[in-house]
Amino acid sequence: MPINYYIFLSIALFCIGIAGVLTRRNAIIIFMCVELMLNAVNLLLVAFSKMHHLNAAAAGNSTAGTDGQLFVFFIMVVAAAEVSVGLAIIVMMYRNIHSVDVNFLNRLKH
Amino acid sequence: MNITQILFWLLSVMALFGALMVVVSKNPVYSVLWLIMTFFAISGHYILLNAQFLAIVNIIVYAGAIMVLFLFVIMLMNLNKETEPQRNRWLKVAGALAGGCLLLVLVAALYKSEMQGQSAEVNTGSIGLIKNLGKELFSTYVVPFEISSILFISAMVGAVMIGKKE
Repeated sequence: MPINYYIFLSIALFCIGIAGVLTRRNAIIIFMCVELMLNAVNLLLVAFSKMHHLNAAAAGNSTAGTDGQLFVFFIMVVAAAEVSVGLAIIVMMYRNIHSVDVNFLNRLKH
Repeated sequence: MNITQILFWLLSVMALFGALMVVVSKNPVYSVLWLIMTFFAISGHYILLNAQFLAIVNIIVYAGAIMVLFLFVIMLMNLNKETEPQRNRWLKVAGALAGGCLLLVLVAALYKSEMQGQSAEVNTGSIGLIKNLGKELFSTYVVPFEISSILFISAMVGAVMIGKKE
């Protein structure tokens, strides 16, 4: 499969995530769109690792490309930790202002 | 058009449609369900690329653990279509336009890149199998692996500390 297809698919997913972050006001949905962007990057990393593997296998290196897939694994690990802390913060925010609307989070302005 | 290509396009359409529905759904619970569908489509892409370990981890960690956490929080707060805050129309248009502009710029920049002739290996190749990844993970990357466990325990402690009632 040409690598271009994967690049454009990942770009499209990433841009949908960005549009979601910019257009929604619900903090949880914004957080989900950030997850979507992370996943777009993961997909591209895996595709590039397979591309690198294909090129390096011709030169005799049969384990080239494992690094990229392990990076994806570590990204997933960090994302899981990030989600637990982020959702705890959102729950605390809901407890304080009884809403998940990010427009209420402008206390620094006043 | 062989079976691999058909599966690629099917999974791509599934992923993009799911992602769009995440953004446009009014009800947050539906957004979570569409996001789960997107994650399954991405896992399908991983299987197509023969990255089986990552496909399973993606399903277990993302579609399983993380999305259940999201769903749980949404149901705990009793969010639904009526309580959903809405931006005004012009801000929505501006946001969609900004995302579209980024898409346009990136596609235009990468349309004639040097990557054109390259291709990703599908169906074959053994680097995505758990045997090779495990060998690499527990030899070269063993220190980051152990550090990530410290990260997890600190995230757990942090989540409990933040979520605790004073």
